[in-house]
Amino acid sequence: MLIRKAPDLTYADVTPRSVYLDRRKFLRAMGIAGATAVAGKGLFDLVLPPQNALAATQFTGLIKSPFSTTEKQNSLNDVSHYNNFYEFGSDKSDPAKNAQNFKTTPWTVSVEGDVSKSRKFTMDEILKLAPLEERIYRHRCVERWSIVVPWIGFSFNVLAKLVEPTPKARYVAFETLYDRRQMPHAGGGIDFPYVEGLRLDEGMNPLALLCVGMYGESLPPQDGAPVRMIVPWKYGYKSIKSLVKIRFQEKEPPTTWNRYSTSEYGFYSNVNPNVDHPRWSQSKERRLGEIFMRPTVMFNGYGDQVASMYSGMDLKKYH
Amino acid sequence: MRTILVSKWTKVAVFLICLIPFADLVWRIIKSDLGANPVEFLQHATGDWTLRFLVFTLCVTPFRKLFKLPDLIRFRRMLGLFAFFYVSLHFLTYLGPDQAFDFSGMLKDVAKRPFITVGFTAFVLLIPLAITSTAGWIRRIGGKRWQMLHRSIYFAAVFGVIHYDWLVKSDVRKPLFYGALVALLLLWRLGDWFFKRRSQAPVRVAAPHVSMNG
Repeated sequence: MLIRKAPDLTYADVTPRSVYLDRRKFLRAMGIAGATAVAGKGLFDLVLPPQNALAATQFTGLIKSPFSTTEKQNSLNDVSHYNNFYEFGSDKSDPAKNAQNFKTTPWTVSVEGDVSKSRKFTMDEILKLAPLEERIYRHRCVERWSIVVPWIGFSFNVLAKLVEPTPKARYVAFETLYDRRQMPHAGGGIDFPYVEGLRLDEGMNPLALLCVGMYGESLPPQDGAPVRMIVPWKYGYKSIKSLVKIRFQEKEPPTTWNRYSTSEYGFYSNVNPNVDHPRWSQSKERRLGEIFMRPTVMFNGYGDQVASMYSGMDLKKYH
Repeated sequence: MRTILVSKWTKVAVFLICLIPFADLVWRIIKSDLGANPVEFLQHATGDWTLRFLVFTLCVTPFRKLFKLPDLIRFRRMLGLFAFFYVSLHFLTYLGPDQAFDFSGMLKDVAKRPFITVGFTAFVLLIPLAITSTAGWIRRIGGKRWQMLHRSIYFAAVFGVIHYDWLVKSDVRKPLFYGALVALLLLWRLGDWFFKRRSQAPVRVAAPHVSMNG
């Protein structure tokens, strides 16, 4: 399952570059595996190129979520080799290559703004905030492709309640790490750091997921390691990756794609088959792995959970 | 150089080289090595190769004159027809997977989406050029008029670049690259035409004498 189709070996595949450069880290990443096992894994890598240079942390005892869909999941290989993560290049095959050595330890997320208890969270602290759930969500990109992914995490509102937003807080702003040294391929015409935002009630909606993993493991760097948001009823770019800052505030925060083109990417960006992107229709989408397109569903099929938040709103105007 | 250019085998070799991108796509389909989104891969690859072959075709005339290699003309039709071959594949990847072979739905999409409109226009512009590419058609239409007709490749190339530019979300580097190449090739023609006219103007006045004296 993990390796559906091994690509041709190239010279670079023989030894992952990060392993070559940092054998100590590699050994540590191998965890309890003994020298023999490491040698065995090394041989294994020679035959089948690794998905990631560094082994991911396995999560066990995950709680099954009632929010999960029973639709067929996409493969880990597809989800980790077809990414929009412009910090690591603007082609969808770039992040899998360029994010290999992305350093995600140590990692802290700073929570600030209109909250009673602003503080910084380390990754260890975040992982202990709540029991981890597996949530199999549909994910719909504004570019008209979609995937089904078993994410791991817990509702963002767990963290939000902990810092106690004050009555002034009406929005949540998010920010991705921008480290030029680690992200020399950042580009594609947008500004960095990448910023996103939600209305407070959207953030507090139980569907909004603070995500730390997928497919039973920690997130690969190209999928937004070590911690990201997943907002399944909105277009993919709302689900911000590699989070370093969360800010509760009174004003609607600027968002990267909206700043790039206001008419094309609204603040809300709810999946909506009736409101077209100015340049292309949003009524259909291609599920990765399928040839023909399927109809797109309002709120990406999560209307029961989220539609009430927008009652009475003109969703064409507030697209 | 000339003997190479006029050799029958060179033509065969160029033909086979032009087929390599197609062979690569077929090979990838067989091996199912088209990435996570195979349809998009095919759409982008065929679109890219269309623009490349349009650029190659537009290179022939400037290269003939700049490098004094008039025999390059032997490859122009082939390159142009390969551009048409790849644009036809490109169109099929849109008509099939995107529109499920629904012609009326496709026409609605063409009318509604500017980037589809310009892309489709470029495709339609190339159809008569492909049809009239034979020697028989040149004779039937007449050299001058045939040449006029085939100048619509300029518009097809420009529309192709616009089509690409309007498609991309924010990274315009590749469309700009093709745009720069097409602009350069068209500007060269403009300059060539302008200077030819200027240098020919006095000649035309004194034409009888000049031609008498050689």
